[in-house]
Amino acid sequence: MPVSYYIILASTLFCIGVAGVLTRRNAIIIFMCVELMLNAVNLLLVAFSKMQNIATPPGGVTVGGTDAQLFVFFIMVVAAAEVSVGLAIIVMMYRNVHSIDINFLNRLKN
Amino acid sequence: MIALLLILIPFLTGLAAFFMREGKMARNWSLFSSLLTLLCIILLITNSVSASNASFDIAWLPFLGSRFTLAMTGMVKMLVLLNAIIYFIVFLATFKRAFIQPGRYFGLMLLMQAGMMGVFLAADGLVFYFFWELALVPAYFLCSQWGNEKRIQATFKFFVYTFIGSLLMLIGMIIMHGKTPDHSYALQSFMHANLSLTEENFLFWLFFIAFAIKMPLFPFHTWQPFAYEQSDTSITIVLSSVMVKMGLFAVLRWILPIFPHAAVSNSHLIIILGVISLLYASVIAVRQNDLKRLIAYSSIAHIGLMCAAIFSGTVPGMQGVMVQMFNHGIIVAGLWITAEVIETQYGTRKISELGGLAQKAPVLATLLMIMALGNIALPLTSAFVGEFLMFSGIFQYSIIIGAVALISIILSAIYTLNMVQNIFYGNTLPATQDATDINRNAKYAMIILTVLILFLGFYPQPLLQLVNDSVQGILSGLNFVLK
Amino acid sequence: MNALVLCIPLLPFLGFLIVGLCRNKLSKTMSGILASGVIGISFILTLVIFFSHSYSPNAITYFNFISNSQYNIPFAFQVDQLSTLFMLIITGVGFLIHVYSTAYMSEETPEHYARYFSYLNLFVFSMLLLVLGANYVIMFIGWEGVGICSYLLIGFWFKNNQYNYAARKAFIMNRIGDVGFLLAIFWLLARLGSADYSIVFSNASTLSVTDVTGITILLFVGAIGKSAQIPLYTWLPDAMAGPTPVSALIHAATMVTAGIYMIARSNVLFSMSPVTMDIVAVIGLATAILAASIALFQNDIKKVLAYSTVSQLGFMFVALGVGAYTTGVFHVMTHSFFKALLFLGAGSVIHAMGGEQDITKMGGLRKKIPITYWTFLIAVLAISGFPFTSGFVSKDEILMAAYAHSQPLFWLTTFAAVLTALYMFRVFMLVFLGGFRGSEEQQHHLHESPPAMTIPLIILAVLAAIGGFVQLPEIFGGHDYFNEFLAPVVPAFKHVGESMAVQEYYLLGGTVVGLLIIFLLCKKWYAVKHFEGKYTGIKNVLAHKWYIDELYDAIIVNPFNNIAGFLKSIVEKSGIDGIVNGVGRFIQYSSRQVRLVQSGMVGNYILIMVLSITVLFMVFWNQDLIIGFLQKIF
Repeated sequence: MPVSYYIILASTLFCIGVAGVLTRRNAIIIFMCVELMLNAVNLLLVAFSKMQNIATPPGGVTVGGTDAQLFVFFIMVVAAAEVSVGLAIIVMMYRNVHSIDINFLNRLKN
Repeated sequence: MIALLLILIPFLTGLAAFFMREGKMARNWSLFSSLLTLLCIILLITNSVSASNASFDIAWLPFLGSRFTLAMTGMVKMLVLLNAIIYFIVFLATFKRAFIQPGRYFGLMLLMQAGMMGVFLAADGLVFYFFWELALVPAYFLCSQWGNEKRIQATFKFFVYTFIGSLLMLIGMIIMHGKTPDHSYALQSFMHANLSLTEENFLFWLFFIAFAIKMPLFPFHTWQPFAYEQSDTSITIVLSSVMVKMGLFAVLRWILPIFPHAAVSNSHLIIILGVISLLYASVIAVRQNDLKRLIAYSSIAHIGLMCAAIFSGTVPGMQGVMVQMFNHGIIVAGLWITAEVIETQYGTRKISELGGLAQKAPVLATLLMIMALGNIALPLTSAFVGEFLMFSGIFQYSIIIGAVALISIILSAIYTLNMVQNIFYGNTLPATQDATDINRNAKYAMIILTVLILFLGFYPQPLLQLVNDSVQGILSGLNFVLK
Repeated sequence: MNALVLCIPLLPFLGFLIVGLCRNKLSKTMSGILASGVIGISFILTLVIFFSHSYSPNAITYFNFISNSQYNIPFAFQVDQLSTLFMLIITGVGFLIHVYSTAYMSEETPEHYARYFSYLNLFVFSMLLLVLGANYVIMFIGWEGVGICSYLLIGFWFKNNQYNYAARKAFIMNRIGDVGFLLAIFWLLARLGSADYSIVFSNASTLSVTDVTGITILLFVGAIGKSAQIPLYTWLPDAMAGPTPVSALIHAATMVTAGIYMIARSNVLFSMSPVTMDIVAVIGLATAILAASIALFQNDIKKVLAYSTVSQLGFMFVALGVGAYTTGVFHVMTHSFFKALLFLGAGSVIHAMGGEQDITKMGGLRKKIPITYWTFLIAVLAISGFPFTSGFVSKDEILMAAYAHSQPLFWLTTFAAVLTALYMFRVFMLVFLGGFRGSEEQQHHLHESPPAMTIPLIILAVLAAIGGFVQLPEIFGGHDYFNEFLAPVVPAFKHVGESMAVQEYYLLGGTVVGLLIIFLLCKKWYAVKHFEGKYTGIKNVLAHKWYIDELYDAIIVNPFNNIAGFLKSIVEKSGIDGIVNGVGRFIQYSSRQVRLVQSGMVGNYILIMVLSITVLFMVFWNQDLIIGFLQKIF
């Protein structure tokens, strides 16, 4: 499969994520959109990694690049941690103000 | 070694003074320190110390190419002497006054003295900048803690103004550092830097604006009357007698030798600025009702004249500036001391509220009269020698500018005599009804100044000879360019 | 010799220091004796120089005052005939006036008494410096020194603010002249590299016409200020606020003649510039007439004498302007005798009247104060030019010199001389003849002054009467001793020819007849029992001094004050300080506005982030295009 398919898919996912972050006010949905963007990048990373390092060492088998695939695992681990923290924050937020509307949370202003 | 001592004595005694809780001890200690400094410089000037001791050089920040270099010239000696005398006079005149937080007051004062000593002595750009700031920061704290109602506002303005100047100078120093062949900050290397005319011109203005703010020259002067008016008079004495000389001194020591081409090509503009400064401030002084503001504007006028004389690039002009830096310092100190006496003893500095003091305080009146005569550069006071030479220099540069500048001697007579008349003559007013005469300490301080003024007015040779080498040195650099 | 010369100015200076510093401890007698004594000794020392003929065209240098690689200004004195003559006048007349003052000022407290004498001594010191200096800078030192002494003495009674204004006015007007003088010095220094008389005069021929004209006009501006000529004369009448002996010494006999001294001293330069000479003569003449016309209708005895001084100084400038330098100097000498006498006489009158200066309130004092009367009469005759008095000889020479120069000048000068006689006789009649017009109390108080005042009067009267004989025209059997004396320094005016002898007789006859007519007219008008002193029409304008003071206020003083106020409150406060504070306020304002961008809306932040990333990418992709575009612009 040509790599451009992957790129298009990843871009689409990313744009959906961006659009979601920009338009939605619900914190959880924004959160999910952020995850979507993250995973779009992950997907791209894996795809590029597979395409990039196709090479045949002298006397060996042809292997695809695996470095970025390893990276992706790290990213997923970090993202998981992030999700847990983020969700916890949102829960705490809901307990405090009974809302997860981000426009309600403009306290940064002061 | 003695050069280092001149900085170290006030610096260390200043640090020690911070820990003194008792006012009596702190003031004795500072008077002692200022006497010690005075003694050092007198020994140096009278050649009791061998000349090789005068300069000092030691590695300081090798990775920046900066060495801790101090060097003496005649002009430096004169200004160091001025600094030492003024501090002694200030401490003497205010000896009986009770300051709040005396330890901090005297500590900061002495630190400021150390800073100014360093400025005068430094022969390395970074050291110069360091001391320049060291003089500024204590001044900031002094003005903001001991002074009148609006002192914070005034000090803030003063600080922002001078700090902008300092930054411009720092940028200039760093650029110069890059241009020197051996990548150092030494004055000598600066003088040998390879600069194109455009670069030289640009750097000239960077430095000049920094120093013009300090002087201050029209139109950078508005911090000065405000700061002088609002800070405590003892601090004002130091600011106006010594600190403003830093600006003139820096032009003489740092700008003219390093950027001779730019100095010559911009001289016309700066002389005109100086003369505008002179006339403008004089005219404003005529209408001032606040004694301290009046002296401040008079000071701006004199500084404007000195700045113009520097850039006339003539022998008499240069000589005049040098001696006038000293003379103006002692005369204006005398005026400030009277202002201090009047403000503390009679509780007002509005000229319109004073009057008839000559009946009540004849000694004060006599002493102020002499200072006032110095201020209008009457012959046989020391200021005459300086002003005569300066006007003569400006006249050589251009007859028209010289003639216009000379109008200021009429204006100075108007505002000075106005002041004398309104304060001392006429009948007494409520504020001066029960006035007492000048206190003893201030009297002694004023008498010392008076003797200096009259002696140097009658026989100015010691001063002229002291600065002779500096005059020759600076002018030979400029003449080289002119040819 | 050098030490002797140095002593002459130094003694008054010492007197000033001792009397001034110990003013609280010295008794009145002590300070009077000390102050007069030092001047007396100076006078004797000057006489020693005069009689030993120890003049020298070479300067006596004491030390270098100012020196640099371009010029050297030594502190040097020059003792020649001209300076000796002035020294004699200064110390001689000065001594008499010191003695007179001891009695005149006796009502002051010891402290102020001593202050008065210390100022007076300082004045004599400065004046001696002025005439002794061997270069223009030393002259200038004395020049400003006498100015400040005059300031201090005019404002001697400093409780009265009116006096203080007069003092300040005098000093500031003098300073205007000083600017001219200083510029002339700078010009000389720039062109010749020296201000020494000997060098300047021997190299004067190397100066271009422009230089000479510029320098002499500027010097003359200095003289205008000091010697109270148009347009800077208004300070002198106001200066009468000072004690009367001060007016006699400073504002009649010595200081105001410094301008004449200066021009006579610089005769080499002035002779090179005919333009300046004409200006000098015209201004002198105009001042002589204007001041005399004002003096006609003044009611304050000292004011009349002050305008008379201005007028007489005008005569001297006429003499200088036509090139008769010695004649001008000669009139300085005779004038110092009779004008000092007039002032001291007026002082004696004021003393007798208990401080009254208004001549409309006097009258008939002849019997009460006979010594004053007789001496005053001699002075009046001298100043009016009664034959063979000192004033006749000097004024006659001025008229002759003017005649030799041009006819109109002669007639106008003569007119001024007639006015002189008129106003002097008017004062004389009003004060001494007719009936007493003052109050009962004053009449009771009338008394002759003590000997300390009358003896100086008598001495001066003798001098005023016979002082002219040193220069009596030859047809009256005299000889030009005075001109010969000054000849080494100041060349004499070459006018005495055969044809002049006839005119001399005309003048003599004319003077006698004229004075007689004036005397009779004045007697008819003024020697009366009642005199109102109110005027209308042109007389009123003259009584108000042509409204010159008001004119100056309107065109100079008030506009200047307004400009100063404008600069102080508009340009400085709103303009420059406004800009400075404006910068600060703009930063505060703009930061307040920029702060609003931080709305706290997370959505906005993200939107801005996304947009800026997009823009960055756009820029990145099109950077070649953008750089090309920028290069095209710059």
